[in-house]
Amino acid sequence: MTDTTRKAARPEAPAAPPAPGRAAPAARRTRRRARAGVTPWLFLAVPLALLLTFTYAPIANMAAYSFTDWDGVSPELNWTGAENYTELLTRSELFEVFLVSGYYLVASVVQIVLALYFATVLSFNVRFRNFFKGVLFFPYLINGVAIGFVFLYFFQDGGTLDSVLRLLGVETDHAWLGTPFSANTSLAGVSVWRYLGLNFVLFLGAIQSIPGELYEAAEIDGASRWQQFRHIIAPGIRPVLSLSVILSVSGSLSVFEIPYIMTGGATGTETFVIQTVKLAFQFNKTGLASAAAVVLLLIVLAVTWVQRRIVPDEKVDLV
Amino acid sequence: MTRRTVARALVYLSLTAATLVVLLPLAVVLLTSLKTPREMADGSGALALPDDPLNVANYVTAFRDGQMLSAFANTAVVLVVAVGGTILIGSMTAYAIDRFRFRFRKLVVALFLLAALVPGVTTQVATFQIVDSLGMFDSLWAPIALYMGTDIVSIYIFLQFIRSIPVSLDEAARLDGANAFTVYRKVILPLLKPAIATVVIVKGINVYNDFYIPFLYMPSEDLGVISTSLFRFKGPFGAHWETISAGAILVILPTLVVFLFLQRFIYNGFMRGATK
Repeated sequence: MTDTTRKAARPEAPAAPPAPGRAAPAARRTRRRARAGVTPWLFLAVPLALLLTFTYAPIANMAAYSFTDWDGVSPELNWTGAENYTELLTRSELFEVFLVSGYYLVASVVQIVLALYFATVLSFNVRFRNFFKGVLFFPYLINGVAIGFVFLYFFQDGGTLDSVLRLLGVETDHAWLGTPFSANTSLAGVSVWRYLGLNFVLFLGAIQSIPGELYEAAEIDGASRWQQFRHIIAPGIRPVLSLSVILSVSGSLSVFEIPYIMTGGATGTETFVIQTVKLAFQFNKTGLASAAAVVLLLIVLAVTWVQRRIVPDEKVDLV
Repeated sequence: MTRRTVARALVYLSLTAATLVVLLPLAVVLLTSLKTPREMADGSGALALPDDPLNVANYVTAFRDGQMLSAFANTAVVLVVAVGGTILIGSMTAYAIDRFRFRFRKLVVALFLLAALVPGVTTQVATFQIVDSLGMFDSLWAPIALYMGTDIVSIYIFLQFIRSIPVSLDEAARLDGANAFTVYRKVILPLLKPAIATVVIVKGINVYNDFYIPFLYMPSEDLGVISTSLFRFKGPFGAHWETISAGAILVILPTLVVFLFLQRFIYNGFMRGATK
């Protein structure tokens, strides 16, 4: 890494001529420590305090609460061992919420495929390219509550979807948010509508960073569009693709906004996070909710770890 | 040659279809926001055009009865303080980590790195208790502190940028007698402008759109930000879709304007933010 060479050339620790004996390096070390000693910590004090207060302290507390029966308010709390975890894993209705994630997982596959298609198409010369790019990306920027209302009206009885279908000659009085399957599919569809743009722009950026000569060379060699995609584009976007997959998996597990705003978790659309929020803030079961959150955290970390193992990404390296 | 033409036609067809899918739900809500309650009731359907395309009565209702004005004010306060704080915190952290060698540096880096993997939604159960014990519950400080304190992505963005600033600039300033703070303020911070722009855009849009944190931490009605105030439309305006639509459009409009003016920066910003 170029980084190390740059650091070595820093004059804070002047590269003194190698003096014989041990006194010189020792003196140099103390001097450097004296100079760099307090200053970085002055810069880091507030950021670190915030990091510890709002990220690490909650994790530690959460892990501790998860072994108690605390209700979040009373000063009384009892150690219950692993009871919350057994309850979580044995009471089927608490675990069923994970099945809802399945809808979003399938939806994110659709989303990635669509994003990949549009990114590929728009990386070639297309008329109104910027317009299409903007249209596909814009939903990602819209406020989640506004999206929720837009689609409540969309799926409403006699709303946008029904009207469009009638225009196409299909009469239907299907209650789109009325049955668990239909409701979850609809909500997952909204999630595709909302998040497609981010994947799309990431893919497009990755494709456009591939040098153009590669396509020209391929074209001269008589490669078809599909062959260009398979052998030039696909390898070029691998890191972004793996990032998208990991974001989709952890995203599918922690869905909250869209179902909470649109259905409040009714008709079998309750997700893991909605359930946790309800347990903690409506039913005052802080202990059980903490256990649930710990489980989710562990799953997300495990997924990330697996992804890092499969696709080692050198760009993540900070040091 | 014909095959190419057919393929091209299919490409344009798919793009047009996608455009319709994206714009139609929004367009219908815009139409609805311009209708009168009577038009809504006469069963002309969701796609019918409003009689008076300049009917702003619903917007007035949404603004006045929906407390959108105070919502925009609250959002603005949170946005400015949180984004400003994020810039300071992110750039200071990046400066300390990149420009100094010190003991436990690796540990500090690892702490920030690991925190990026923790999804914020999972820990709110316990974060809530901490925010509450600090006396910040149901005040604008709760979202401000959380937005400032849990944003690792901005630190990444600043770190990347600060690495591209030659150390020789720091050294030159040091030779002129500047101390670390002067270097940070007079040399580093001005050169970080592109990174600051990126953070302002990405963070700004995230804060503007966030629902979860204000919903959890600011239940008071007069502390509503645009997300929570719009969410409260659900109750009083229950079946009044024309008012709800007007509220939704009011919230979307600023985003659209910002997007149209800053398109290029927004694409770049989100690309940088997400790939880190």
